[in-house]
Amino acid sequence: MKAAKGTVFKYGDNVDTDVIIPARYLAISDAKELATHCMEDIDKDFVNNVKAGDIIVADKNFGCGSSREHAPLVIKTAGVSCVIAKSFARIFYRNAINIGLPIIECVEAAENIKAGDIVSIDFDTGIITDETTGETFKGQAFPEFMQKIIDSEGLINYINKK
Amino acid sequence: MSKMTMSQKILASHAGLSEVSAGQLIEADLDLVLGNDITSPVAIREMTKFKSDSVFDKDKIALVPDHFVPNKDIKSAENCKCVREFAKKNNITNYFEVGQMGIEHALLPESGLTLPGNVIIGADSHTCTYGALGAFSTGIGSTDMAAGMATGKAWFKVPSAIKFNIVGKPSKWVSGKDVILHIIGMIGVDGALYKSMEFVGEGIKNLSMDDRFTIANMAIEAGGKNGIFPVDEIAIEYLKEHAPGKEYKIFEADPDAEYDEEYTIDLSALKSTVAFPHLPENTHTFDEIQDTKIDQVVIGSCTNGRLNDLRCAAEILSGRHVADGMRCIIIPGTQKIYLQAMQEGLLKTFIEAGAIVSTPTCGPCLGGYMGILASGERCVSTTNRNFVGRMGAIDSEIYLASPAVAAASAVTGKISEPSELGL
Repeated sequence: MKAAKGTVFKYGDNVDTDVIIPARYLAISDAKELATHCMEDIDKDFVNNVKAGDIIVADKNFGCGSSREHAPLVIKTAGVSCVIAKSFARIFYRNAINIGLPIIECVEAAENIKAGDIVSIDFDTGIITDETTGETFKGQAFPEFMQKIIDSEGLINYINKK
Repeated sequence: MSKMTMSQKILASHAGLSEVSAGQLIEADLDLVLGNDITSPVAIREMTKFKSDSVFDKDKIALVPDHFVPNKDIKSAENCKCVREFAKKNNITNYFEVGQMGIEHALLPESGLTLPGNVIIGADSHTCTYGALGAFSTGIGSTDMAAGMATGKAWFKVPSAIKFNIVGKPSKWVSGKDVILHIIGMIGVDGALYKSMEFVGEGIKNLSMDDRFTIANMAIEAGGKNGIFPVDEIAIEYLKEHAPGKEYKIFEADPDAEYDEEYTIDLSALKSTVAFPHLPENTHTFDEIQDTKIDQVVIGSCTNGRLNDLRCAAEILSGRHVADGMRCIIIPGTQKIYLQAMQEGLLKTFIEAGAIVSTPTCGPCLGGYMGILASGERCVSTTNRNFVGRMGAIDSEIYLASPAVAAASAVTGKISEPSELGL
């Protein structure tokens, strides 16, 4: 399983799917075009600053609101390698796994990691390292069944393999 | 003896298991898979990645273009065309074209497609609405929808539950919207995260089906996986009218079912409740609301676009006029509701009051069209979310409220309850 490393973008509680990708863009079907509006209503500079591999760290209930799969999709397409949060809204959580966007629940990481820190994640062990401060955190492990979907890089591949 | 909740019993029965417990991962058979014009095109594209792209059962899929319909622009027209062609190719029984369509969560129960004891997934977060009829129904994304359409199955982590014991009778202008806003204000927007919200108790007899749809609809706004009511005489009457001759199975929670938390909600103590920007948990009652001038009122959506909602608004708007400079937009949830509102004279009341009436659409609720807000504008809306930028400009504001509060506010031009009009 791969690892991730990048610069942190930090957000608070209840980042909803409407600010991740506003509905005014939902008729767009091209993922790259959609991704140019990622996080637009909460952080208009995000798309200009994000680089491949970067990491989003947020507080509780990340991805609340709509079922739009466009939300994890634009985050993934924008280049984000992992979202770490205290907790995720359940549809976002499911969608992220189904489309192969790595996510990790970790309260301590969300509390201690700061915007701009360089963070690396080992997905096999769930260890999150803040390379700027040297601190490490242990993320919540996925149940075996979900890990299989993640290892298959999404639900469709997982079902095709069965 | 098993100790299962209503939701757990339905899931067990669809997973071929005699018993399930919270946290268990199961695969359940699906009675209905639904999607709309935003989520279905993504699912339809995903379907092509399966070894077989045929659907599991053409009668158990519902496709309802409702978000940007009638099409607001070329891109939304292309999305609807994609859904239409897929429905035709797969001979989908329950595809609803403009003219038959309505807002999905008002339309499908009305069409007898959501039954007690069903397991339903929908690529729309408000799919939890059908719990009002004793179904386990929950929102999922497009990839899950694709997998559901192809296989007729979905995986679930069996949820634990919060029990809401409903007692008492609400006063005249207090409705289902006030009940659910009160609950969300109490437990927060993640208060029921990953959990079922089970609404029981002697007080539910004082809640109409339309009230229950509103309450179950907004379970997601508390983070809930599903909201569910027991099936009582009121629900059975509704099913006789809307699903005549259809068979269904009623599930009840075990007497010693285990709940993470229990709350008692006394309907007689509830007041008109408004959720201020920018979260549904930011609730206030009128004893703490200052004069707040507004620019627009929206009465409609999968939350509050049903007949009782329109009747309530008409009762308040009858013989009155919307305030100068105010836009009041009323959106019946389905064609049937629209027609009945016409026959009852409600549309005449709305138009004479200076409101406009739209064909069914999700439209302004998610900032699609038909009532987008400009910078700094405020709207009292019977919809379900008041997130930043949800209905338009990122510095516009949405105040979520009942149809009664929305209609009264349209007349006064500020956030108001009906008593301010002497009602």
